[in-house]
Amino acid sequence: MSDVVEKTLTALPSLLSLDSHPGSAKLSSTSKLGNLIRGITELTSKHEEEKLIQHELLAIKEQVSSPNTTMRQMKELMVRSIYCEMLGYEASFSYIHAIKLAQQGTVLEKRVGYLAVSLFLNESHELLLLLVNTVLKDLQSTNLIEVCMALTVVSQMFPKDMIPAILPLVEEKLNHPKEIIRRKAVLALYKFYLIAPNQVQHIHNKFRKALCDKDPGVMTASLHIYLQMIQENPDAYKDLTPSFVTILKQVVGGKLPMDFNYHTVPAPWLQIQLLRILALLGKNDQSTSEVMYEVLDESLRRAEMNHNITYAILYECVKCIYTIHPKSDLLEKAAKCIGNFVLSPKINLKYLGLKALTYVVQQDPKLALQHQMTIIECLDHPDLIIKRETLELLFRITNAQNVTVIVEKMLEFLCISEDDHTTIDLVGKVAELAEKYAPDNEWFIETMNTVFSLGGDMMQPDIPNSFLKLLSEGFDSVEEDRKLKLFAVNSYVPLLRGEPGKLPQRFLQVISWVLGEYSHLREDLEPAEVLSLLAKLLDMKNSSSETKSWVLMAMTKLCKGGTDASVTQEVSETYSSSLDTVLRQRAHELQYLSQDPELRARVLPRGANPETLEVDSSLSFLDRFVSEALAAGAAPYKPPHQRQEELDQSKALSLEPYGLSLPISMSSCSITDRQSPTLLSMSSGLSGDSADLSHKGGSSALKLDGVKRVWGREGYLAQREPVEEAAQVEVPSPIQSPGRQGEGDSLHSQTPTQTPTPEPEQEKQQLASSLFVGLASQSSVSLMGKSEPTPQRFRRKAKGQGPGSSFNASEQISSSLISPPSAVDNLLCNNLLDSNNASELAEQTSQLSQRLTTANGTCHTEAELTEPDTKGCNPALRRDNCVVAADPGPHDDPGRLTEVCLDSYLPAELSGLSHSEIAPLCANQSLNLSACHVQKEDSLILVVFIINSSESAIQQMLLQVDSEELEVSCLCDSPAGEMTSHSVAVGQYSLTVKRPAVHVEVVGTVSYQLPAGTSQSLQFSYKVPLTSFIRPFVVSTEEYGTMWLSFSHDTKQNLTLINDNQEPLTATLNALKKKLQLHVVEVIGMEGIVACRLLQDLPCLMHCRVNAGWLAVWLRSPVPDLPDCLIYHCQRALQSL
Amino acid sequence: MTMRFMLLFSRQGKLRLQKWFTSMSDREKKKIIRDMTTMVLARQPRSCNFMQWKDLKIVYKRYASLYFCLGVESQENELLALEIIHRYVELLDKYFGNVCELDIIFNFEKAYFILDEFLMGGEVQETSKQIVNRSIEASDMLQEVRFTDMHAHTHKCT
Repeated sequence: MSDVVEKTLTALPSLLSLDSHPGSAKLSSTSKLGNLIRGITELTSKHEEEKLIQHELLAIKEQVSSPNTTMRQMKELMVRSIYCEMLGYEASFSYIHAIKLAQQGTVLEKRVGYLAVSLFLNESHELLLLLVNTVLKDLQSTNLIEVCMALTVVSQMFPKDMIPAILPLVEEKLNHPKEIIRRKAVLALYKFYLIAPNQVQHIHNKFRKALCDKDPGVMTASLHIYLQMIQENPDAYKDLTPSFVTILKQVVGGKLPMDFNYHTVPAPWLQIQLLRILALLGKNDQSTSEVMYEVLDESLRRAEMNHNITYAILYECVKCIYTIHPKSDLLEKAAKCIGNFVLSPKINLKYLGLKALTYVVQQDPKLALQHQMTIIECLDHPDLIIKRETLELLFRITNAQNVTVIVEKMLEFLCISEDDHTTIDLVGKVAELAEKYAPDNEWFIETMNTVFSLGGDMMQPDIPNSFLKLLSEGFDSVEEDRKLKLFAVNSYVPLLRGEPGKLPQRFLQVISWVLGEYSHLREDLEPAEVLSLLAKLLDMKNSSSETKSWVLMAMTKLCKGGTDASVTQEVSETYSSSLDTVLRQRAHELQYLSQDPELRARVLPRGANPETLEVDSSLSFLDRFVSEALAAGAAPYKPPHQRQEELDQSKALSLEPYGLSLPISMSSCSITDRQSPTLLSMSSGLSGDSADLSHKGGSSALKLDGVKRVWGREGYLAQREPVEEAAQVEVPSPIQSPGRQGEGDSLHSQTPTQTPTPEPEQEKQQLASSLFVGLASQSSVSLMGKSEPTPQRFRRKAKGQGPGSSFNASEQISSSLISPPSAVDNLLCNNLLDSNNASELAEQTSQLSQRLTTANGTCHTEAELTEPDTKGCNPALRRDNCVVAADPGPHDDPGRLTEVCLDSYLPAELSGLSHSEIAPLCANQSLNLSACHVQKEDSLILVVFIINSSESAIQQMLLQVDSEELEVSCLCDSPAGEMTSHSVAVGQYSLTVKRPAVHVEVVGTVSYQLPAGTSQSLQFSYKVPLTSFIRPFVVSTEEYGTMWLSFSHDTKQNLTLINDNQEPLTATLNALKKKLQLHVVEVIGMEGIVACRLLQDLPCLMHCRVNAGWLAVWLRSPVPDLPDCLIYHCQRALQSL
Repeated sequence: MTMRFMLLFSRQGKLRLQKWFTSMSDREKKKIIRDMTTMVLARQPRSCNFMQWKDLKIVYKRYASLYFCLGVESQENELLALEIIHRYVELLDKYFGNVCELDIIFNFEKAYFILDEFLMGGEVQETSKQIVNRSIEASDMLQEVRFTDMHAHTHKCT
């Protein structure tokens, strides 16, 4: 097609003389428009054009207002006005004539009249009211073309408050015998639904009729409305799922008339619409999703040809598959499909592939690993759009290990990007990542400094707010806290000494606040110097008055009288007569407080803990004022949306088309109720598991942190939960058994590791390893419950992050160097694991209830935390292996054998007790390691099995086990010395908790010598959930009471209540008791007290109260972190029910 | 496919057609037209056909000397938007027969009518070349079309 156009289109001037040109046959060469256009093209300067058009407009104006002008001439005049307007010249005098033309002309003239109106006027133009009557008339016309035109214009621009006047007529058209009218009517109603949803609420049933229309075109049109409605409330339309599936099946199967084909693809627009609807319906809903698996598979299969439109369909298909409840073989096909996109040489497809990948890595970060080299190429792509999209992708896979590289790339992009929207967006993302994953204080402060300087005054205001909040709340450790603040102060002072005039206002505000609060931490810094630096800011021309008031506040905090007095005196005198009332107030405050140190100390205590401030967000202190006002006859307050609704309703009653009703812009009022400062930050923490993630940027986890105690409102606490849970999941993720870690890597980066590569390639690989580090491990977390990509807290991180991640990082590097044979071995090991799982699945489900009570952990800790169907088999592995283990048959038996054998190697004294599944840890050519843990009443035993799988004996075998969080003591002699071929050695260790964490881990090394004399070692790690260490704690209520008061560490949280037919409190407590082995001390009315201990005897008490549909839980313990960990497990336990 | 606007402009940045699917002030429209022409014309050949502008996705394609530029919401499918442009070009081609920029300049109102048959309220309304063409021709030729006359223009006839 484009070739055709290419051939016929040449430069404009040369064509002007061509009368024989096919296109020119249709244009009247003598028409006035033709003359005008020609005239313009002959001109050389903008100025001349202006003159010509003004002249033309004058002529038109004269003619339109002449009473002798016929409608036919009017039509021609309107076309010319439209042309002038398109060139950017105003022809407002013709608007009214356009309406007149639409009113009075014949069909052809009317058509131009309507076109002119729709181009000239917009929805809120007052002249539009004059059109209502015309539209009413045409809607009732017997001429189909007139009806069509009226419907078209109505869907383009129609005054919102006039909709009721024509609504009945449009509705009526839904029953029109002509499908084209029905279709246009449906689209017009769709448009009404978009601009004024409450006015078409009552005709939902008619939409259903349109959905069932015998004409596919009408049905297609109705899907627009359904997509909207389902987006708003998917639950209300689940019953339609089979219908949508059937329609899609028919479309895909080519059952529609040929007219619907687009380049031999059947109704692609319809297909895509349906796929979107299905995605919405199947999201988080297994049974609904199951209905659509087949048709999705079919769509994927049918769409395998090489045309843009099929790629468009495939893209939607992939998105749908990754949105609904997962099904492994579909996921696999979809992943393959994404591969085709990403690897395509066509840049548009590559772009879409990146977009799909960005969407998909939220569910399965490992997919990014497969395409790491492509991603890195895209990162250096000359097209900024591709680059930007790649950053978006990287943003989604950021973790604590690759954060510095990714943030660096983002900041690089920010420096070259000129687009404000992009800057705002990226700055928000960088700030979010910095808060979540900052590796250390210096990096954090420096990154934030860059963010503030680059983001300037465009960025979202919650970025500086949450930064300051973070700084003031600080860490649990006082020393860390001091260091962070000091570092901030240290980095700001030189900035102020330099050229503060270049810094954005927001940054200056942050700086002055920090200096006001914390500059005293730096001992060599005289307050007087800070004061004079701040005073300098006040004198700068471009300082806004907002900044000035921040500066004055800071000065108020700093001034101590004495030598500083002169500066403050001067400043306060200058500003106490300022015209800005806020500045004037600040200046007065500064004046008084600087003279009265005692008062100052009370008003602005140094180092005040922000959490002690109670903020009454309900504004209850105003209650008296309100009731007095009400008593005095004031109207009760209504939130804006309610006012709007009532307004609409009152509108709906007066249906007269010409009733006095000017367009009202109430709808622009925000729907949010009262805006308290937290609401702002709350909203950002709520983004669900959909693609709309983080558009607002906003840094979620952090701000919520402090909210807990300060606000203490039920609703807020509830919202906090998902974030909390996700944050906790992160903790174990970087720590993975080396075997698995290696496998993830060797699988995907085999090419780079095996072939020697030239220099630039190596650079890329280095980049790759720094970008994609930690991904494989993360995948095992997020793909389970489709949980959020793990917001992690800054404060948690700073202390606990060290050993686990560094271990992991070194593992990553070493594993990429693993020699090919061992990679093969790893695969085999996984095969074993995989087939184990497959064969055991049935068994496992039957054992499920039993196993849940014992709360055993497995190597993959998540397994027991999720639903039965994914239990035991880690989908990350499974998906991986599906390629290799295409025929699980042969591996099946050996897999089972090991399992059975190992069971029998369990020490006799432990064999009667319940033990966790025996999970493979790692393996190489000669050794195979597995482990399980056994729960005894007063201890937890870790059993490690070492299998010599080689044909030869090994010597000097030594097993060492250690842990950060656990006390590990060897029970009997650690297996050591020689191991014959195909023998099994068993090590037993008793574990107790030193420092609670959500999941605790033991790491170990087996070192040994091969017969040839070479020494080898094998590392492994094994994770145990904290729940395995929890035992009931039997105490009386009195004892409980005394203990409660003496315990210092606590946490509060709202949990969901279980609502089966039992009494909810009892039901919930029983469930917790069963799953976590808690002891319910007593239940009194709506309150319950529960106790447990962590092995050996670290008590934790729990106080539960039913409140507004939630279970408000308060945990106390003498052990730091224990309450937090326990609340996490309580949440998980309740969720998995 | 929620579309916000469609613009046609020449290689010199001259606007040839503008269609706004949502209500917008004249100032906004002017800004968009200015931004689109500068952004699109500045694109290097062989770049991808998509761009980000504020919260919108811009999908554009050049046909000979004419740029077609479509603004859609950012969650939309860019490839599909590209096909919308392509189908519109095909519709123009079918109607004018070997369409060229001049056809659109001199008969821009016809180009609008075709667009209105193809898209409505920011959504795709009718994708069949035959049907769109037929309804345009019907309006072109006939002053008065009665109900019975339009029987010919249905989906069933191919």
